[in-house]
Amino acid sequence: MKPYLREKKSFAFEDIPEDTCFEAGYLVTVNSGWRSRTPQIDNEKCIGCGQCYLYCPDGVIAMDGKTPVIDYDFCKGCGICAKICPKSAIELR
Amino acid sequence: MAITAKNLDKNEYFYGHKACAGCGGSLAVRAALKVLGEKSAAVLPAGCMSAVGFNFPQLCFGNNAIISMFAGTASMLTGVEAGLRRRGIKDFHAVGFAGDGGTADIGIQALSGAIDRGDDIIYICYDNEAYMNTGIQKSGLTPFGARTTTTPAGKNIRGNIRPKKNMFEIAAAHDIPYAATATIGYINDFMEKVDKASRIKGTKYIHVIAPCPTGWGIPVDATVEAAREIVDCGLWYLAEYENGEFKINRDPGEFTDPAEYLKKQGRFKHLTDEDVDVIIKSRDKKWEKIRREWK
Ligand SMILES: Cc1ncc(C[n+]2csc(CCOP(=O)(O)OP(=O)(O)O)c2C)c(N)n1
Ligand code: SF4
Ligand code: SF4
Ligand code: SF4
Ligand SMILES: [Mg+2]
Repeated sequence: MKPYLREKKSFAFEDIPEDTCFEAGYLVTVNSGWRSRTPQIDNEKCIGCGQCYLYCPDGVIAMDGKTPVIDYDFCKGCGICAKICPKSAIELR
Repeated sequence: MAITAKNLDKNEYFYGHKACAGCGGSLAVRAALKVLGEKSAAVLPAGCMSAVGFNFPQLCFGNNAIISMFAGTASMLTGVEAGLRRRGIKDFHAVGFAGDGGTADIGIQALSGAIDRGDDIIYICYDNEAYMNTGIQKSGLTPFGARTTTTPAGKNIRGNIRPKKNMFEIAAAHDIPYAATATIGYINDFMEKVDKASRIKGTKYIHVIAPCPTGWGIPVDATVEAAREIVDCGLWYLAEYENGEFKINRDPGEFTDPAEYLKKQGRFKHLTDEDVDVIIKSRDKKWEKIRREWK
């Protein structure tokens, strides 16, 4: 299962187990606030090679067929995708 | 099997983690789990990857995962594997992700024991060449010359005076079924090695270089590049140990200049030309042996 953001904490404080065993993939906060630059993909230049998808440390680029799509909730703006892209199709703004 | 962007599991199992932007270790964990899939039981000792993955209740693993004691990655893997097997669960992978400190220093005894018993586990050491989670202290895998908070660079001593421990060959010396070196800079090679390890019975050890922008003093977009350069300049090598034989996967033939690799990094800024010469000489000595003895 891919970890996903829960809309609202569906548990009360007393529901939290004392041994801190908990549901896998339970996200409560996004990482977008860490970002000072935002990657933007130029779909005209993109050839759909998937290099940006493979090398993103946060795994926030998904390939929709041949089109890379960024989940901006969790992108930290590191710029690795822009550097790795063989077509310079990603720009950080 | 060749792993490509096309045939790789689309799912993400390490997502929303709190690693620094551009963290090489997080890419290693993410990529390995995409290969091993949802039926992986991951064990992570104290270190950056557990610190950034488990921020209760923010739990960034989509598969089962647990934090172990700092020294106990391999012993906990042993227990996880035996426990799941006893419960009749099949087709799972007990996989550990430990740092360089957690592997080459404090966790080496537990790892050695697991290899000795032949436990059916995959042990991945993500090597960022220092104790990063506690603020960049020298580990047994910190390379010669690197500045850390415990090996400062001053007038008389310029960073770490000891060479990097040879963990890959230490694992191989146990006559382990499979050991390999890798780098996050060549991610397909790494993923193929993880895939290969997952099909072999017994203990598997993979040592992957995973640069840390924070500890290495490099820009956050330079980790993948640094992880390529270290191989291209010969200071790291891609190799395997299998059926009692060492194999070198890639011989760059002509190396790029290590000075270029080193001088880009804050932790090596202080190195003199003589220091770089020492590094080049030890590289050449290693490669002479590799080319002579490994296939
Ligand atoms: C027995 C024990 N000693 C010390 C620590 C403190 N400690 C936590 S993480 C860490 C550093 C881990 O370094 P490494 O294994 O290289 O992983 P990294 O943080 O670099 O990813 C240390 C010393 C601990 N948790 N347990
Ligand atoms: S900037 Fe970094 S985190 Fe964001 S999509 Fe690119 S590689 Fe991933
Ligand atoms: S690396 Fe560049 S060309 Fe390749 S899929 Fe990503 S944006 Fe497109
Ligand atoms: S300190 Fe280094 S290893 Fe730790 S999370 Fe940050 S980049 Fe990754
Ligand atoms: Mg480390």
